[in-house]
Amino acid sequence: MNGGRAGAGERDGGFLRRTWAMLVKELLQLRRDRITFATMILIPLMQLLLFGYAINTNPRNLPAIVLMQEESDVGRAILTAMRNTAYFSFVRQARTEAEFDRLIADGTAQFGVEIPANFERALRRGERPALLVAADATDPVATGSALAALNGLVRTALRRERGLPDEAPPASFEIRTHARYNPAAVTQLNIVPGLLGIILTMTMLIFTALSVTRERERGTMESLLAMPIRPVEIMLGKILPYVGVGFIQAAIIVGAGTLVFGVPIVGNLALLAALSTLFIATNLSIGYTFSTVAQNQLQAVQMAFMFFLPNILLSGFMFPFAGMPRWAQWIGEVLPLTHYLRITRGIMLKGTDLATLQYDTLMLAAAMLVAMTIAVLRFRQTLD
Amino acid sequence: MGSADDARADAPAPAAGPDVVIDVHGLTKRFGDRTVVRDLSMQVRRGQIYGFLGPNGSGKTTTIRMLCGLLTPDAGGGTCLGYDIRTESRAIKRYVGYMTQRFSLYEDLSVRENLEFVGRVYGLSDPVGAARAAIARLGLEGRSEQLAGTLSGGWKQRLALGTCILPDPQLLLLDEPTAGVDPKARRDFWNEIHALAADGLTVLVSTHYMDEAERCHAIAYIAYGVLLARGGVEEVVRASGLSTWTVSGVGLNDLGARLARTPGVDMVAPFGANLHVAGRDKALLEAAIAPYRSDPALSWRPDRATLEDVFIDLMSRAEDNFR
Repeated sequence: MNGGRAGAGERDGGFLRRTWAMLVKELLQLRRDRITFATMILIPLMQLLLFGYAINTNPRNLPAIVLMQEESDVGRAILTAMRNTAYFSFVRQARTEAEFDRLIADGTAQFGVEIPANFERALRRGERPALLVAADATDPVATGSALAALNGLVRTALRRERGLPDEAPPASFEIRTHARYNPAAVTQLNIVPGLLGIILTMTMLIFTALSVTRERERGTMESLLAMPIRPVEIMLGKILPYVGVGFIQAAIIVGAGTLVFGVPIVGNLALLAALSTLFIATNLSIGYTFSTVAQNQLQAVQMAFMFFLPNILLSGFMFPFAGMPRWAQWIGEVLPLTHYLRITRGIMLKGTDLATLQYDTLMLAAAMLVAMTIAVLRFRQTLD
Repeated sequence: MGSADDARADAPAPAAGPDVVIDVHGLTKRFGDRTVVRDLSMQVRRGQIYGFLGPNGSGKTTTIRMLCGLLTPDAGGGTCLGYDIRTESRAIKRYVGYMTQRFSLYEDLSVRENLEFVGRVYGLSDPVGAARAAIARLGLEGRSEQLAGTLSGGWKQRLALGTCILPDPQLLLLDEPTAGVDPKARRDFWNEIHALAADGLTVLVSTHYMDEAERCHAIAYIAYGVLLARGGVEEVVRASGLSTWTVSGVGLNDLGARLARTPGVDMVAPFGANLHVAGRDKALLEAAIAPYRSDPALSWRPDRATLEDVFIDLMSRAEDNFR
C-alpha cells in the first residue's frame, strides 16, 4: 500500500526543485497583487521624474532683490544679464541698505545684489570695484551653483552690453559661499545614477521585508514549516523573483535617465547590469533578513526605513562623501548604497572598469552573503 | 538542522513501516511558566483513525505540532513513522500531511496553483498532473482557477485535505478539521477519512464533536495538558465506571438543580427532553435518586453512559485537579 504509493509520485529533485516551487509561488502571488505590481513599475518612473526635476541642486528662479546705489547702464546691464540666466528672479528693489538686509533676513529673497555708487566709473578705470552679492546661506545647495555661475555670467554680460575689451580685468565679487557645494553645472548627471541606487534600495528592501512576516500574519507559515523545505530554499525562492523585478526597475531608470535627462553611459552597459543585479540581490537579502527578525509587517517596514535613512544621508547621495566627518564615512562605508553609487557614477559618467570597482563590488557581495547567512540562521523552523 | 537529519530528509519512507506509527513518551511542553502538555504518552497503530479530544486550550494543537516537528518538546520524546521527533523532523515532514486548524493555504493562489506548489515542494515527479488528479478527485473541476480565499468553508476544508494527501503521506495530522463546516460536508469529510484509513493511511484527528469521536477507531482525551483516557470508544466508556440514568417527565429543570447538589451525583446534563444523571459510584447514585424514583411525574430508566457523559465527567474532575 504505502510502499507503492510513496514510490509512484515522488522522485526527489531536491534543493533546486523546492527553490523553484517557492519561486513560482512568489511570482504567482506577485502577479495577483496588482497594486504592488503597479508600484514596482510606477515607483521608479515617478521617483526619477520627481527627483530628477524637483531635487535640483541647480535651481532656477531664486528670489532676488537689488539695491542700486547708482543709476548706470552697467548696473542695468548686469541685472538684465542675471535675469536672463533664469537663475534669479528679481522680486523687489530695495531702497536702503536696511531694507536690503531685512528682505534677505526675512526670507523674501535668497539673493541680494548691491550695485555700489560709482561702480561704472570704477569699472571703466579698471579699479576692480566690488559688486556685492549677498546670499542666504541657510540652503547652501540651493545657492551654491547660482553663485558659482555669477562670476562668468556678469563678465560676459558686460562685454556684450558695454563692449568692454576681452582683456578687461574681471569684476570682483564678494561671495559668501561654501566651497564644498559647487556641483557640476548639470545636476541630473549626478542625480540619476544616485537615484538608481536610492530607488532600488527602497523598493527592494520593502518587497522582501514583507515576505516572511506576510506568511506569518496570513497563517500560511505553519503549513510552510510543516513541509519538507529548507530555510535557504525558502529564502532563495523569495528573493529570486524580485531580482527580475529589480532588474526591470533598473532598466526603466537607466532608460528614462538616458532619454529624459540625457545622462550618458560612458562605461560598459553589461558591467553596469551585472553589478546592478548584485546590488539588487544585496538589498533583497537585507530586506529578507529584516523579515525574519520582525514580528509583523509593520515592524518589517519600520526596520527597512531605519536602514534606508542612513543609506540616503551617508552614502554620498545627498551630501558629498568626502565632506562628511570621519565617523560618518565609516558608517557610510558599510552601507551598500555607498558602494553602488561609486559603481554607477563611475560606470555611467566616467567609464570606470571592473578592476577599479573591485573593492566596491566585493563589499556588495560581502554584505549580501552576511545578510543571507543571518537570515538563514535567524529563520525559525519551528513555532517555539 | 543537523546534517544527519538532512541526510535522511530525502530518504524514502520505511518500506514496510513500523506497525506503531506514533510512539511518544512523556511529552512535555511549556510556554513560559505555563505547562501546556504534561507527560503525555501515546501510541497510534498503522491504519488507525485516532481521535484526539479535549476542551479548548487543552494542549491538542501543541501535541500535534510536537509530533510533526513544529515544536520541540521540553521533555520526553519518541518516534513518528519511525523517525525521531527531536532530530529527524525533516524526514517526518516528508511523510506527514498536517492540516492546520486555521486555513493556511495561499488565499491569493488558485486551487490549482496551491496544489501544484505543494506538489513541487514535496518533489512529486509531475506536480501539474498530480494537481489535476487531485482536483478531479476533490470534485473541484469547475473551481480550479478560483482563488482559494474565495472558496466557501466546506470547499476550503476539502482543498486543505486534498493538499495534505497530495504528496501521499503515511500519516495525517488533522487539527479540528471540521470546525465551522456544515453537517453534510462533515459527513463527506469523514467518509473520505475512512476511505483513506482503509488504504492504510494513519489519521490523528482532533475534534470537539462527540459524534466524530465515535467514528474513530481509538480516542484519547486530553485536558489541561494531561491525557485522561484512551482506548476504543467502548473501552473508554467502560473504564470511566460511570453509571447513568435517564429521566424524563415534568419539572426536570428543578430536579436537575436539586440532583446536582446531591452527593453521589457527579454529573447532570439535559439531553433533549431527558436528563442524564450519572455517578461514579453506582450504589451512591441509586441512593441519591431513590427519593425521586417514586414520583409519578417522572419516568426513570438505567442507561449506558455516553461518550459525552464520560468527557464532561473527566473534564470536571480534571478541573478539580488542575485549576
